Amino acid sequence: MQIKVLYFAALRERRGVSFETVDLPAGGDVAMALAMIAKNNPNVAPLLPRIQVAVNQVMVAATAPLSDGDELALIPPVSGGH
Amino acid sequence: MAAARIAVLDRPLSLDVVTEAVVGPERGGLVTFTGMVRRHGKVPDVVRLEYEAYREMTERVLTEIGDEIERELPGVRVAIHHRVGSLHVGEAAVVVAAAAPHRGPAFEACRAAIDRLKSRAPIWKKEIGEAGAEWIEHCC
Repeated sequence: MQIKVLYFAALRERRGVSFETVDLPAGGDVAMALAMIAKNNPNVAPLLPRIQVAVNQVMVAATAPLSDGDELALIPPVSGGH
Repeated sequence: MAAARIAVLDRPLSLDVVTEAVVGPERGGLVTFTGMVRRHGKVPDVVRLEYEAYREMTERVLTEIGDEIERELPGVRVAIHHRVGSLHVGEAAVVVAAAAPHRGPAFEACRAAIDRLKSRAPIWKKEIGEAGAEWIEHCC
């Protein structure tokens, strides 16, 4: 299944893109997607333990399932705006 | 036409615009908050700040925050506008307006809005200084 992954802030700078499509086996969850991203991008991997994740704009745990077409946002510690 | 209650904008913010979104004949108390870029942050001698947002989720989260506060404090109206992009010292990064029949709830609502936004909005700021730059992490 295809997942759209969004990168922000320091993660975006490390990864070099603000979004990309990731192919995940059916039945995969957020943790699996993160493991795949870490494996394919060693420079991004060190930042991943500190992120939160949102699927389709709702914050979820790493055990959350993913479906084809989902938008997975990797959320580094927020600045809070102000 | 009433101003939008929630907005993420890449142009200068206006207190008049957020105020217009909340005032009404039943609301006698109006409180506003402006968050401005400071010279001294984590990075000394800030030259500019860059704000980045997960735009759609920020709009959703700010709407939820506004809805929550209006449920908790009946009669209150809250509006929140946040800016994204490159800002200089002294520019407004966020403006909040809250109006209520009486001043107590208006003050409470305005405070609640900015406090909740700080911990829940997917917004990041990068301080760019003379010597270096740093992404800032929310604390406390």
